[in-house]
Amino acid sequence: MQSQYLFIAIFAVVALALPAIGLAVAWALRPKKPNPIKNSTYECGMETIGETWVQFRAQYYLYALIFVVFDVEAAFIFPWAVAYNQLGLYALVEMILFVAILFGGLMYAWRKGALEWR
Amino acid sequence: MEQLFFILLALLTLSAALMVVTTRNLLHAAFWLILVFFGIAGFFILLHAEFLAVVQVLIYIGAISTLIIFAIMLTRRIMDPQQPRFNSQWGLVGGLAALLFVVLAAVTTRVAWPTTSATLPAEPIKQLGADFVGVYAVPFEVASVLLVVAMIGAIIIARERG
Repeated sequence: MQSQYLFIAIFAVVALALPAIGLAVAWALRPKKPNPIKNSTYECGMETIGETWVQFRAQYYLYALIFVVFDVEAAFIFPWAVAYNQLGLYALVEMILFVAILFGGLMYAWRKGALEWR
Repeated sequence: MEQLFFILLALLTLSAALMVVTTRNLLHAAFWLILVFFGIAGFFILLHAEFLAVVQVLIYIGAISTLIIFAIMLTRRIMDPQQPRFNSQWGLVGGLAALLFVVLAAVTTRVAWPTTSATLPAEPIKQLGADFVGVYAVPFEVASVLLVVAMIGAIIIARERG
């Protein structure tokens, strides 16, 4: 069991190494001739107006909150799905009830217009 | 071998946690916090709590860090690196944090934590899933109600502001 995590470790090392190698090779090969025009901040060739750090709309946060709720729901469903084959109809009914309660919450969010982009 | 992995994970987690509190850029702090969450997921795997590791990745890294980054993007002026690192209360807060550390260290080392000698089930996640709809059916459904309450509360608070 523990040795299976070796694969995850190998994947993690490869995932970290690929961008690092790419950046290192680019750093080693590229010519370095900076000048003020090259170093200036631009946006589609134009000078930027105002700060680059802008305030995002508060509605993104509402989406993130609803996402957290359904993410927790997924964490609850996961072990149920693993055990699904050895469970009976009763388990299915219970999971339908679990999802139905949360679906009520989603309906509430929908009716209140929380999902609409204003 | 396990000892070695524990030490490596502890070094990774602690240094990332140190970066969270010392970096001047709040967004970078959030990214370091994601690394801390990964380290904690590794600890869960070392403790043979695979489900908690999955939950740690799914909820903390997937959802909570998204929420934190969105919250940072909603704020203004908080990224200013010219902000002073300390304010007038840092001594008091530092003292309280040190006290909390002493208390927690004393509790974790002195209390005889109950341990079970029962063997782990072959497939703990499967057992957990069966228990969710079996022994713990009522708490399972109550958790659903709790999630709905959290969602409705969040919507009401967010709509009042907006």
